[in-house]
Amino acid sequence: MKIGIVVFPGTWSESDTHYATNDVLGIKSEYIWHKDHSLNNTDIIILPGGFSYGDYLRTGAIASFSPIMEKIISFAKSGGIVIGICNGFQILCESKLLPGVLMRNNSLSFVCENSYLKVNNDSLFTNKYKPNEIIKIPISHGEGNFQADKKIIDELEEQNRVIFRYSSKLGETTLDHNPNGSINNIAGISNKEGNVLGLMPHPEKACEKLIGSDDGLGIFKSIITTSV
Amino acid sequence: MINEETLKELAISKSEYELIIEKLGRKPNDLELGLFGALWSEHCGYKHTKKLLRSIKSTSINTITEAGAENAGAINIGSNKAIVMKIESHNHPSAIEPYEGAATGVGGIVRDIFAMGARPIALLNSLRFSNLKSSRNIQIAKGVVEGISGYGNCLGIPNIGGECFFDESYESNPLVNAMCVGIVDNDKILSARAERPGDLLIIIGAETGRDGIHGASGLASQNFEETIELRSAVQVGNPFLEKLLIEACLEISNLNELVGMQDCGAAGITSAAIEMAEKSNLGLEIDVSKVPVRESSMTPYEIMLSESQERMLIAVKENQYKNIFDILDKWDLKCSIIGKFIDGNDVIIFNNNNLISKTSIEALTSPPEYDLSKISKSYKHHKSNLILKNKYNSFNIETISSHLKNIFSSNNIVSKKSIYKKYDHHVQTNTILEPGSDSAIIRIKNTDKFLLFSCDGNSRYSLLDPKIGAEINIAESCRNISVLGGEPIALTDGLNFGDPTKPKGAFQLIETFKGFNNACDIFNIPIISGNASLFNEGHNSSINPTPIIGAMGIMNNKTKILNKNFLKPGDKIGVIGNFWGTDQGLSGSEFQSFFENETTGDISIDLEFEKQLQFCIRNLVRLGLIKSSHDLSLGGLIVALVLSTEKNHLGVELEKSVPNNWAGALFGEDQSRVIFSYDEKNYNEISNVLNDIQWEQIGTVTEKNINFENIIFESEDLFIRYNKGFSNDL
Repeated sequence: MKIGIVVFPGTWSESDTHYATNDVLGIKSEYIWHKDHSLNNTDIIILPGGFSYGDYLRTGAIASFSPIMEKIISFAKSGGIVIGICNGFQILCESKLLPGVLMRNNSLSFVCENSYLKVNNDSLFTNKYKPNEIIKIPISHGEGNFQADKKIIDELEEQNRVIFRYSSKLGETTLDHNPNGSINNIAGISNKEGNVLGLMPHPEKACEKLIGSDDGLGIFKSIITTSV
Repeated sequence: MINEETLKELAISKSEYELIIEKLGRKPNDLELGLFGALWSEHCGYKHTKKLLRSIKSTSINTITEAGAENAGAINIGSNKAIVMKIESHNHPSAIEPYEGAATGVGGIVRDIFAMGARPIALLNSLRFSNLKSSRNIQIAKGVVEGISGYGNCLGIPNIGGECFFDESYESNPLVNAMCVGIVDNDKILSARAERPGDLLIIIGAETGRDGIHGASGLASQNFEETIELRSAVQVGNPFLEKLLIEACLEISNLNELVGMQDCGAAGITSAAIEMAEKSNLGLEIDVSKVPVRESSMTPYEIMLSESQERMLIAVKENQYKNIFDILDKWDLKCSIIGKFIDGNDVIIFNNNNLISKTSIEALTSPPEYDLSKISKSYKHHKSNLILKNKYNSFNIETISSHLKNIFSSNNIVSKKSIYKKYDHHVQTNTILEPGSDSAIIRIKNTDKFLLFSCDGNSRYSLLDPKIGAEINIAESCRNISVLGGEPIALTDGLNFGDPTKPKGAFQLIETFKGFNNACDIFNIPIISGNASLFNEGHNSSINPTPIIGAMGIMNNKTKILNKNFLKPGDKIGVIGNFWGTDQGLSGSEFQSFFENETTGDISIDLEFEKQLQFCIRNLVRLGLIKSSHDLSLGGLIVALVLSTEKNHLGVELEKSVPNNWAGALFGEDQSRVIFSYDEKNYNEISNVLNDIQWEQIGTVTEKNINFENIIFESEDLFIRYNKGFSNDL
């Protein structure tokens, strides 16, 4: 079992992700450089957060054309597990592995805070959580406002593919607890086949109680159980 | 004869020009005059502050660098790790172009840190704006915050704390001080120097453009009215490129071929390269035609003085640049060999094969040193008296309640969350205590250490009495760390002052250094790095003298983390120092400024008592005897009580009656006071620790409201006001 963490120029969450998976959970993890042409036999791919290519042009847009993405797209299409965190989510949308777009936050400002999420545990990314569990995970983004046309949103909802929703501490998924204007308070979604997850919050930043929360570890624990 | 306009543009005085001729034994050419203008500016040459800086305590048993010798100061924290830190201002650029000014301020201080081979692990900042009543002021404040957010977030460095203060003295001149902290193995600290003749000088990163020419000599050395025309002197930042530079330079720093590294900041290649040569006791040859430029037809003058951002200089062993170039190529970074270090004491500048200047490095790097004490002699500092209105000395429930309510609409008191939520403070997964506390706490992975940081200043005190103000500045920055259990071990200072060539400005600087020296001696703590921003003047008025102290503390990772918040009803509350504030404590207070729109009176601090207090509170935290702890300062006792109960929506019952002189008692900001809460069962042990110091148990945590024996303050409304934040959304 090996996790590959993809590093683009401008990525900054790769070492936090590596720390959470490799050091805290003991899952062998290694970096994959964006200029590489091989995934080096990794079983799970994580696209971490940051500002790949400075997020110039449009968040995630340039990264989606980098050499490694071709490999990741075919890996995902053959059923490989892929997680995109924050900028990684944006890249997955730009690469069409996930539907929708992440627009500028409705506040027009970057936002960094602890967010509460309501978990849909019916996915291979979340099966270690309890049904509708409320977890605390930091967000840190300027463009996390998930939008898609009605047909796609209906499909996501009907197919139970909304994996995380912004909520209150008590699980209310109302506008008051929506940090960026995301439709239906969507914080994370999966693809139709269920092997690709994109989420704006940073589970790797919630990896130890000492730094405020270890609620993010459930995602990594879920996928390794699934993969084994 | 030289044109006066030219000298003015370079901020060189006539007598300085004559001194240049004397040193060279000839007239300087245009390029050389530009070099002198840059290197003799306050920003690079410290001609008004060098004498004072020499007097500062800058070392301790743990310091590794000599003050001012490197890009930043370094201090050993054990486990073969050193912390590198520095504060830097970007005031003038931020006044002209708030977003880019603040953004490039962050970029500059971060480069100073990784130039030492250290990975940046934290940012803090100290901001000063005028009130938010005019659209211009709002635009400046917003732009600065957005600039720090836009640049800093892109770098993956957590912005863990700082302060933001509003006062009309910053109407023309906002202050933007950014502090950066880095970590490096003790044996891997880089120096900004070459080793031997033949070492290559290589520039890395951005191409050199026409931006920022005369930034150091112009912007940082003239007052605001003169600089409004200098918009093109503000650089534009590219944080993505900076992030690549961080990673590439840190990767390069492990190679033996690398000899030294230097940030290319104020005064561009001129300052960076010539200072490197000076530190190395070597001469230097530069060929400006080798510098990658953004526009064709740039003159040697422009290339040498450009302050284009995101550039670094490195010194590399002769012929051994291949591995370095490979790493730069991996990160898609441009580089070019632009010169080499040579024997001798001259900087020799070529444009291709044409020799365009040969100048003594010694002459360039020894600007005149001005003796401020001669300038300040004619200044008489007038102490102003504090005169209190009668209503502040007669107990009246309505008056007191309405003052409390109103002060919770002061931008200085309310929550700063709308600022710090724009900054990533979680990245790197080390942040244990987030912004909004007395100090920020981070852990250092793979060690047994927590580090604490605060960044603080009180310019009203410095206005009333710059010496005592400086003492309080250091005391309070350290107190912010001690209340959470940390032992303060190093400081960095940001000196933001008016014109030092005027008696008042000179006086304020001299007195501030006296205060720093006193406090550093008594607390036995060094100032390991710093920055001076002078000439902060405009509209015939100067800013309040604003020294800023960034402080670092250390504690064992077994220490229980606490903060200012009371935890549960039934816990007891204690105060070390005087419980009630005094009338004198209203001098320079938020209460005085907010309600009377004045800053007058006398201030004081007993540094020996302060030292003992900090020792005691650290012990209480370390022994795990208390549940919360908070420096009782801005807004006085009553504001501290509200802030301690706000987070968990609690109240307090105090076994005291508010006296007639209620304003001083409740709102006085007398120094050296700490408020803490604890479980009653620890009373005896706490008493033992606090055996020799003045303290008392003052009451109990309850479910709601602040109850004194003769007056009740309903706190729910105050919480709402506090959390509503600034009067205008930033």
